[in-house]
Amino acid sequence: MKKQTKNNLITYAIVIAAYIILEILMLTGNLSSHMKGLLVPMTYYAIIAVALNLCVGILGELSIGHCGFMCIGAFTSAFFSRATSESLPAAPRFIIALLIGIASAALFGFLIGIPVLRLKGDYLAIVTLAFGEIIKNVINAFYVGIDAKGLHFSMKSAMELNMDGGDTIVNGAMGITGTPHDANFTIGIVLLLISLFVVQNLVNSRDGRAIMAIRDNYIAAEATGINVTSYKMMAFTISAAIAGAAGVLFSHNITTLTASSQYFGYNASIMILVYVVLGGIGNIRGSVIAACILYLLPELLRGFSTYRMLIYSIVLIVMMIVNWSPKVIEWRKRTFGRIGAGRRKAA
Amino acid sequence: MNKFKRVFSAVLASAMVVSMLAGCGDAAPSGSGAEGSDAGSSSGGSVFKIGAIGPFTGAAAAYGNAVKNGAQIAVDEINAAGGINGTMIEYKSEDDELNAEKSVNAYNTLKDWGMQILVGSTTSACSIAVSENTKSDNMFQLTPSGSAEDCVKYDNVFRVCFSDPNQGIASAQYINDNNLATKVGIIYDSSDVYSSGIYQKFVQESEGKNYEIVSAEAYTQDNNTDFSVQLQKAKDAGADLVFLPIYYSDAALILTQANTMGYAPTFFGVDGLDGILTVENFDTSLAEGVMLLTPFAADAKDDLTVNFVKQYNDKFGETPNQFAADAYDAVYIIKAAIEKSGATADMSVSDLCEALKGAMTQIEASGLTSAKMTWEASGEPNKEPKAVVIKDGAYVSN
Amino acid sequence: MSFLTYLINGLSLGSIYAIIALGYTMVYGIAKMLNFAHGDFIMVGCYIIFSVSAALSGNSVVGIIVAIILCTLLGVTTEFVAYRPLRGAASPLAVLITAIGVSYLLENIALLIYGADIKSFSSVVKWEGLSFADGQLKIQGVTIVTIVVSVVILVVLQLFINKTRQGQAMLAASEDKGAATLMGINVNRTIALTFAIGSSLAAVAGALLCSAYPSLSPYTGAMPGIKAFVAAVLGGIGSIPGAMIGGLVLGIVEILSKTYISSQLADAIVFGILVVVLLVKPTGILGKQIQEKV
Repeated sequence: MKKQTKNNLITYAIVIAAYIILEILMLTGNLSSHMKGLLVPMTYYAIIAVALNLCVGILGELSIGHCGFMCIGAFTSAFFSRATSESLPAAPRFIIALLIGIASAALFGFLIGIPVLRLKGDYLAIVTLAFGEIIKNVINAFYVGIDAKGLHFSMKSAMELNMDGGDTIVNGAMGITGTPHDANFTIGIVLLLISLFVVQNLVNSRDGRAIMAIRDNYIAAEATGINVTSYKMMAFTISAAIAGAAGVLFSHNITTLTASSQYFGYNASIMILVYVVLGGIGNIRGSVIAACILYLLPELLRGFSTYRMLIYSIVLIVMMIVNWSPKVIEWRKRTFGRIGAGRRKAA
Repeated sequence: MNKFKRVFSAVLASAMVVSMLAGCGDAAPSGSGAEGSDAGSSSGGSVFKIGAIGPFTGAAAAYGNAVKNGAQIAVDEINAAGGINGTMIEYKSEDDELNAEKSVNAYNTLKDWGMQILVGSTTSACSIAVSENTKSDNMFQLTPSGSAEDCVKYDNVFRVCFSDPNQGIASAQYINDNNLATKVGIIYDSSDVYSSGIYQKFVQESEGKNYEIVSAEAYTQDNNTDFSVQLQKAKDAGADLVFLPIYYSDAALILTQANTMGYAPTFFGVDGLDGILTVENFDTSLAEGVMLLTPFAADAKDDLTVNFVKQYNDKFGETPNQFAADAYDAVYIIKAAIEKSGATADMSVSDLCEALKGAMTQIEASGLTSAKMTWEASGEPNKEPKAVVIKDGAYVSN
Repeated sequence: MSFLTYLINGLSLGSIYAIIALGYTMVYGIAKMLNFAHGDFIMVGCYIIFSVSAALSGNSVVGIIVAIILCTLLGVTTEFVAYRPLRGAASPLAVLITAIGVSYLLENIALLIYGADIKSFSSVVKWEGLSFADGQLKIQGVTIVTIVVSVVILVVLQLFINKTRQGQAMLAASEDKGAATLMGINVNRTIALTFAIGSSLAAVAGALLCSAYPSLSPYTGAMPGIKAFVAAVLGGIGSIPGAMIGGLVLGIVEILSKTYISSQLADAIVFGILVVVLLVKPTGILGKQIQEKV
């Protein structure tokens, strides 16, 4: 078996093993409700971390607006589920909602990618941030309602919808309430496995090698006849689509969906970036593990009450320095490297 | 290096898993242990476990902390006076960072701790998300300050504060009945559920009233430092009253900026404006003549308020706002409902909920936010909003 | 007349963005890192002025001086403890994430010390300002002071960088750290100096921000910080006059779009302008076009 394939299988195995262990714990009643509640969020943060790693690690373009795509996926799918919550049974409804969420996020990824990918480095990053904020801001001013006459839209206020009776589904800042609770841990794990499959296969394909060639040296890549723009667009769109899938899980896990900063602002996007960087840039498995650990961390720190977020920020800084500082890495190599080597000899 | 990283992350991950499992393992025995020890100390046999949820960190932390502290004072008072029918209250609060998802996490944490009754969540969106869980667990939920309509859509959820539509209607009525204005300008926070909820209802209700709305300008939480445009527009449109369905923190800034512009209409606010006089270092002369509909006034002279404000000040070094008062009342309302229904702490969460649900529509509570509150089965409170006007840095009833 | 009023309001907001953006762009230009904690340095500066003024019964001059000193120390310490160890890390993102950690840390420390409730900040500028056309057109004192201070800072920074040895060392370090080291420049010290200057500017910016918009909370610096960052990028990040122009443009665009288009969508419009400008000029208004080497 090729090393790469083996590596990929290990990733799937870890996810499946974690799933089985947690399911067993749940069935035997050994999992607290707190932990149970954390499982679905962990899967969607892992999914969006995978998506962002595709963009940052494989494509090599820093995006700090990825939660914008998550927001699109969340809102479009929640809109569909909410509008059809009475007319469709849960399973087909969720599948269609999922497809709608992914497709719209991909569409926006494509449209935003056209201007964004012409830029480079920090300028590209700031434009993704700008788009993330624009998406959030616009959705906050968006009103959609349904009545007997069909759909009504407004960008001003719910009163402008001019509805007789009917149902206001997207109510500006109040967002969408009452989305059916269709997501669960199993669906989350399945989606995570699918995203892993898509991304890892992409990385190992001809297309993936082209994308990484662009990352490493785009001039050389272009010279060898790789169509730089279309490969960049492809990776970016796929990344946005996966982020959209995370959004679908997000909106079907809690019943209130608002386009506010704490879910979809630049701060949230940066949190995802933290997962990617701590998990290792370009390391897909690392993103999944880091997303789970870092999502759990503030929850596990609840015992410290008021000092919780303070400790979290200190842990973040320390982890970054331990993992990335050239001096610390050198020191680690000197001290632990020997132990590792010794162990290897002993084995 | 790569190898180390892998080892490092594996170690970290396993440490996490271990601590996680240890955490779960701990939860059960410590919970039962606490119950056991309390059984010895209190006469009732066990305790009522009341939990509270709110944002204690992040931009809305002022509101969450007020709820946490307000409820704490009520719990301490009740326990010092011998508890509810002789049963002590145990109280715990969890942070939700103004995030509905974290609010559900906080709820689950409290559930693991053994919570029987929830006071929360503090904010509307979080409260709605949590109500989904309390509904399926059939736990009694009393939100002190979740004012959106949907907060009480389930029969196990009640609230202490007014609903947003209620406040919008009451404000429109009041301005009309007292001939306060001919032209009204509105400044509201379009990114906030509370503010846009009141705004929408106010506009609907203003139809056919004796004033007209001449400007309605929004701002967002990402853009809440500069209000010069919104004020200038109201001024240019000739508004003689500016309606502010927003929280006091932004309103303090609006009043200051209106003053530097030399614009002095009547400012009219709702309960979110309460607290403006206690902003540290705020020039209260700027708030002169501001009218607001509020159920709570920190400088009211009745014994209950005076005592509460004193205790709050001693304990937390701040003057309590409306959120703290709502939470304080919430705990006493729960006490009243428990006493009415004769519920005991050894009942299951679901039985307790059923008992309290029945009792809520029968009790008549008096507290900081109203001398007389009753509840509909829908969860809405019946209480009168008080209109006050600020004179010489204090509320004066109108 | 009302258009002029709006324009002046825009100028007032823009000059505040400009002064914050100057600090951002200094640090970015030399250390090549986005200091996401810059906005929180501003907040720290505000709280220091607030506390010192309260302790000295309203003497804000001492407050500003203390704030400048302490913010400088904070900046240098942060650089030494959190950023320097990551210089030369395998990815430039590492230090970005650490900066975010620092930002959280400062916000949460402020939350623990001062609580979450807002505090009203007394303006450090006591002057009422100018009034034209029978009071129809007013320019606030703090607006004038902010514009003057930002121009002074701009000129001083330009002189410092172009005329002094330390300034030249900064320029050299920003162009090529390796070559600068070979020329005998202590790059670490130069970057520390940059942080000192950037952080002291943050204290000044904080004083002016909170004087113009007098409400202070642990999150006061976050949004103006990010807007100023956008302003710095708009003007061409790393360029000092660019930061000034970017700040003013951003402020004016924000106010005018709030006025004439939609107050709800003002942020979307501001960010939209940024996107458009970067598409036309990919390195910002005054940014240098970098020639790519093959």
